[in-house]
Amino acid sequence: MQDPTTRSDRDAGHVEVKNTTCYMCACRCGIRVTLRDGEVRYIQGNPDHPLNKGVICAKGASGIMKQYSPARLTKPLRRKANAERGTGEFEEISWDEAFDILEDRLGRIRATDPKKFGLFTGRDQMQALTGLFAKQFGTPNYAAHGGFCSVNMAAGLIYTIGGSFWEFGGPDLDRAKLFVMIGTAEDHHSNPMKMALSKFKRNGGKFISINPVRTGYSAIADEWVPIKPGTDGALFLALIHVLIKTGLFDRDFLVNYTNAPELVNLDENSPNYGMFMRDRDMNIEEGCFDAQNKYWWDRHTKQPVHNRAEGADPHLLGAYTCTDGTPVKTAFQLLAERVEGYTPEWAAEITGIAAERIKRLAYEMGVVARDQKIELPIAWTDVWGKDHQTVVGSPVAFHAMRGLAAHSNGFQTIRAMGILMTLLGTIDVPGGFRHKPPFPRPIPPCAKPPKGPDSVQPGKPLDGMPLGWPADPADLFVDESGEPVRIDKAFSWEYPLAVHGLMHNAITNAWRGDPYKLDTLLLFMANMAWNSSMNTTGVRKMLTDKDEEGNYRIPFLVVADAYHSETVAFADLVLPDTSYLERHDAMSMLDRPISEFDGPVDSVRIPVVPPKGDSKPFQEVLIELGTRLQLDAFTNQDGSRKFKDYPDFIVNYETAPGSGIGFLAGWRGKKGDKEMIGEPNPRQWEMYAQNNAVFHHELPKSYQYMRNWNKGYLTWANQNGLTRYIEPINVHLYSEVLQKFRLAAQGRTEGRQPPDRLRERVETWFDPLPFYAEPLENKFIDGKQYPLNALTQRPMAMYHSWDSQNAWLRQIHAHNYIFVHPSIGKANAFADGDWVWVESQWGKVRCMARYTEAVEPGTVWTWNAIGKAAGAWGLSPDANESQKGFLLNHVITEELPEDDCGCKVSNSDPVTGQAGWYDVRVRIYKAQPDEPKQSFPQFAPLKPAPGMSPARRKWQAFMAGILGK
Amino acid sequence: MTQLALVIDLNVCVGCHACVTSCKEWNTSGWAGPMTDFDPYGADPTGTFFNRVQTFEVGQFPNTQTVHFPKSCLHCEEPPCVPVCPTGASYKRAEDGIVLVDYDKCIGCKYCSWACPYGARELDEKQKVMKKCTLCVDRIYDEALPESERLPACVMACPTNARLFGDVHDSESEVSRQIRDNGGYQLMPEWGTKPANHYLPRRKTEIRIHEDELVRADNPLKKEGVPARPPADRPTLDDTTSW
Amino acid sequence: MHPAFSVIFLTTLIGAGQGLFLALFTGQLYALANLLPQQDDRYFYGLGSDLAVLFLGLGLLASFFHLGHPERAWRSAAMWRTSWLSREVIVLPAALVLIALYGLIHWMEWTTPFFVIRDALPVDASLIVGVLAMLAVFALYIATGMIYASIRFLQEWHSALTVINYGLLGIASGFTFAAAFSAWIGNGLVGFYGTWAVIITLAALVTRSASLIRNRRIKHKSTLQTAIGIRHTHIQQKAQGAMGGSFNTREYMHHQSPPFLHKVLVVFMVTVFTLPILLLAASYWLESPYLPAAAFVVQYLGLLAERWYFFADARHPQNLYYQSVS
Repeated sequence: MQDPTTRSDRDAGHVEVKNTTCYMCACRCGIRVTLRDGEVRYIQGNPDHPLNKGVICAKGASGIMKQYSPARLTKPLRRKANAERGTGEFEEISWDEAFDILEDRLGRIRATDPKKFGLFTGRDQMQALTGLFAKQFGTPNYAAHGGFCSVNMAAGLIYTIGGSFWEFGGPDLDRAKLFVMIGTAEDHHSNPMKMALSKFKRNGGKFISINPVRTGYSAIADEWVPIKPGTDGALFLALIHVLIKTGLFDRDFLVNYTNAPELVNLDENSPNYGMFMRDRDMNIEEGCFDAQNKYWWDRHTKQPVHNRAEGADPHLLGAYTCTDGTPVKTAFQLLAERVEGYTPEWAAEITGIAAERIKRLAYEMGVVARDQKIELPIAWTDVWGKDHQTVVGSPVAFHAMRGLAAHSNGFQTIRAMGILMTLLGTIDVPGGFRHKPPFPRPIPPCAKPPKGPDSVQPGKPLDGMPLGWPADPADLFVDESGEPVRIDKAFSWEYPLAVHGLMHNAITNAWRGDPYKLDTLLLFMANMAWNSSMNTTGVRKMLTDKDEEGNYRIPFLVVADAYHSETVAFADLVLPDTSYLERHDAMSMLDRPISEFDGPVDSVRIPVVPPKGDSKPFQEVLIELGTRLQLDAFTNQDGSRKFKDYPDFIVNYETAPGSGIGFLAGWRGKKGDKEMIGEPNPRQWEMYAQNNAVFHHELPKSYQYMRNWNKGYLTWANQNGLTRYIEPINVHLYSEVLQKFRLAAQGRTEGRQPPDRLRERVETWFDPLPFYAEPLENKFIDGKQYPLNALTQRPMAMYHSWDSQNAWLRQIHAHNYIFVHPSIGKANAFADGDWVWVESQWGKVRCMARYTEAVEPGTVWTWNAIGKAAGAWGLSPDANESQKGFLLNHVITEELPEDDCGCKVSNSDPVTGQAGWYDVRVRIYKAQPDEPKQSFPQFAPLKPAPGMSPARRKWQAFMAGILGK
Repeated sequence: MTQLALVIDLNVCVGCHACVTSCKEWNTSGWAGPMTDFDPYGADPTGTFFNRVQTFEVGQFPNTQTVHFPKSCLHCEEPPCVPVCPTGASYKRAEDGIVLVDYDKCIGCKYCSWACPYGARELDEKQKVMKKCTLCVDRIYDEALPESERLPACVMACPTNARLFGDVHDSESEVSRQIRDNGGYQLMPEWGTKPANHYLPRRKTEIRIHEDELVRADNPLKKEGVPARPPADRPTLDDTTSW
Repeated sequence: MHPAFSVIFLTTLIGAGQGLFLALFTGQLYALANLLPQQDDRYFYGLGSDLAVLFLGLGLLASFFHLGHPERAWRSAAMWRTSWLSREVIVLPAALVLIALYGLIHWMEWTTPFFVIRDALPVDASLIVGVLAMLAVFALYIATGMIYASIRFLQEWHSALTVINYGLLGIASGFTFAAAFSAWIGNGLVGFYGTWAVIITLAALVTRSASLIRNRRIKHKSTLQTAIGIRHTHIQQKAQGAMGGSFNTREYMHHQSPPFLHKVLVVFMVTVFTLPILLLAASYWLESPYLPAAAFVVQYLGLLAERWYFFADARHPQNLYYQSVS
């Protein structure tokens, strides 16, 4: 055998090295792909990429097996004329035929009633284009998967601090001294978080994980605080209670940067009850920002003064009476009163965390924030014109994602966390939470959904954005009677702040025809017949259900996917997407870019290998369809084609003619010498390719902190088209936005009112101050009968559930177990490894149990979406995924039973519509010995689709290039 | 004499398996490849890997530690697998201490794998030769690669930098320093195999709060007049006692 | 350890073949000392050696099934300085050739003495080759036994008893074989070989039982604590990094239940020791060519079970890393 040190890998075959961007999960790391004789030989993290700096994860490093997976779809497919939907009987068609079918069908819908077309996408990193397409088409029925992912995290924090975690911002672990991670948070921003965590630990920081389960990142926590699922809000409120009681809050921060000292009108008879006292005579520009015409109670003059009046020093606490007799309290006083009863002892009962421990946690946070302040010699000017010589940070950082979000009480829980962070003074400071451009945004951001049914007109674009950020009831998307216009009922009184939509109810609603029926549903990368739905068994039935006349209730289903997912089988038309290594893509500032704390970053994907078979990037499909349907954005005035293809579109599309703002912010201008704004650059792709496929604009240091109030940054953001206003974004400790909805529900306002059946719900949940309530589902469940909380989380090697088709990754996670504390097994007479039934009020699954000591004993959990339907994802019907693996979604309901009010609502947060899929309660018992040793439910195995590689080989020995042939 | 090795920091390993698959992808098309998979899309898929990450739970609820434990060939200084090989296919390189297998000499008798207490060797059941971690010997000396990338694939991949690579015989090296400073240890020391790879144990950071820290003169509550003084007409001892 | 059938056949076949040769040569030495009548060279020694060669040859053949690359087997003689396997690979063909030569000498009746020592010991080619073959056979027992006994962390194997047992069981089966062979050709040595076979079988019973007792009492040096380097009384594996199995779960584990193992133990104790002794004892009283043959067949089959158990009984420390999946 040749001496390994005398050979070079580069000498074996023809070697090429190309840079692009990963898409094995939503993290979007820079990757460097080595090809040997045109075949992928090695995918490594790009060392010159700001996001991952050369590292890569298990998935990213397995991209080869994703690229060459036999589950790849390679041909457009049409359901055979005589075949029932769901049987997976397809025939190959050409792209021309596919486009003809779509053009004809969608053309008719657009000309009559555009909202009969629904477009829902699983991945939401392409929203700028998919959203544009939907808007141009004229349908409001568009959303990505955020509604069942983490919308509560986005909405809860953005409505509080103007930014959130993940793409929007995150913990500055470079400088933090104490890091608190709450709930499952592994599967967002994974590589940067791993890198930061390790650095943080090596720098001697203390890492506290508050989580019912100790796996993943929690494994390396210095302290694990097991908590009962869905009770995080109670914990935060108790922590706030302790911080306020002991004075461990950052007074200067609260006074200067939040609405804590501002006076709230408490005149019961006023239409402005619960709103801030405002000086209506002040000359305030109207806009989507929080006008600063509010009042403080000045301790010197003992009277209300304009907020930030020269020389004034406000009281943070206190109840006062204005000269006109209006009773007022400071927002902070109301918060203090709110948390008065939320004692550690109260929270201990609910969370399962001892009161003494809650106090200690609060002390640690408060004392570290106060006594270990970081002062950086960075001069900056605040938006009120005051110069600061330094940036001061409280080094306590938080991170949370779905663990908090996926509960029906998640919005208020997350608001409580935002307030906790604010009390500690850790918003956009060194060592605390930091924003990533284009965040922070005004609270709430300016994009608004359409206002009513008239926004949807035949043959016209939608009047408004399909998704937006309501600031008051006038922004809701409802008809005169207050009923929803969107198929998923987002932005209706049921879920007024459903800023990411409710994809998880789209199929159920369309099937029932409530609020109306759809004609065509286009699903892109959304596995709605499996892990992207709650009540999976039910949804699968709805997809094949027929009305009295024998027509499918959802008449036409189009599925665009690169792989043979469970949903593909239900399609009437299948559009084969390319892999991520075969396409152009833009991680755009118009969408969710990959910005860093220090400035905006966007990036691109550039094909490194040609598309497999006849697969076509979904972006190209949209542009072709948009062109054929003569949508304004895609055609010239004479109706001719505007863009040759997607790369052409990315280069030349501008948000408005001549705006200079397009999908990519780097190398703009005719010569490519402009950043952020500039004319289209015909060589823009080339320049990205020459620069590691990424554009990173590093802001001056003085623009990198305190951006809610940083004049330099806000001015820069304004000049570069990121924001419309140079206005402070004060933290909404007290949320006037929520109070507006509450006032409407209470009938105190003139404007839009919720339907009577929803008044109480809106009044309860639109509380301007955070509160704790049990998840909605508990109301319908006998806690004694179903005593256990059931959770899922993604293993790091299977983030986003997209990879059972991957020969390497599936060896790591071939099937899943339900993890239980041994006491649960003992109490229910089953042993480690036994087959058990996991049953909720809504359904049951059979699976294998695995004992674990790393779980709060009232909780059971499993790795999500390892279980697959037989025959899907290119796997043989006897594969572990379908025979031993299981999907917990079968026991989760997408709707709650009819309430006393007669409402049947989504099993979601009543504020945001976030799917409450972490609320499910179950019981577990041993399967009978004569039952099959096989997971339940089972479905008829999927047949491979035409055009898929038939090879289900006994073995494979992958070696890239000629050597392997 | 040089002894190259990995030092694996269990204090920061989150069990992400990046090292597992980056190893597989580099090596399957490299000098030591291919790395065969059986039933890659069927029941009980199984294949050759040079490196695996395992999970252990230490202690009982609520005092549980979850430990992610990557394991690959430890490149022992006294490798028991080498002398037992009848053909000389298994060898330890004099120049850097890497233990390798020459596939052309290997007869696939599996005796070396019996002689490894760590289970670090895997027979490729298609190619019928013994395979194992090579410390990416085909990367670390490849001058066609940028110098910064002449590292094992797992080390380059590891997002938490839990895998350190270097010469454990050089007392000045980063790996030696880490072993010294952070209690680096070897697996199964009872066999005298002297594994070159070391592991760094979990280390715990704690914060201790003194009562004084909760009071302090600059407590903002003082500014807010809290605790508020009790009403002046409230009864006090003065009303009842005269001493 | 996972019992490897090729190795089970290899060790039992060559063990019996070597034992048969030792029995033949013992016969020759006894005859030299006039303790036994002279035997017919051609049939007894010649054919007997052929049988021994046949068993060694079959064993050698079986060993090839153990190799991934049998065509490279020749390479395995290279590392005789360090590897017992390499030594076995050298000694096995040497023993085979010497036994074959021994048989050939008898067959060809090249037994004219070259010289006579002290008027009592005529030294002919068969004696010289026989002594050499005997040395090779002992060396082979040791080499083969040491392959297992030298792996120090397979503590069940790492004992002199492994070599002794292997040798004694091989010799016992060889003498039983010789008894059966004698009965078959009717040369009147059934009693001689049968007696020795019983004695050696009883000796093997003692040493094998000793090893069983020893193995029950072994305190394994490696524990989960030393395997992962964490000192705690309560450690459990949750995942081993692969769910569909791996070389590690196939090569070092037998995947059989403890009751099954116990059954195998009982079966081999009866078939290796009790039954052959009873059958051989019976052949003292019942002159039958079948009883000793039956004794050999039973004992040989029993040895297959014994060898299976030998593997299954050995707990490889690497198994500590492969306890659970999830």
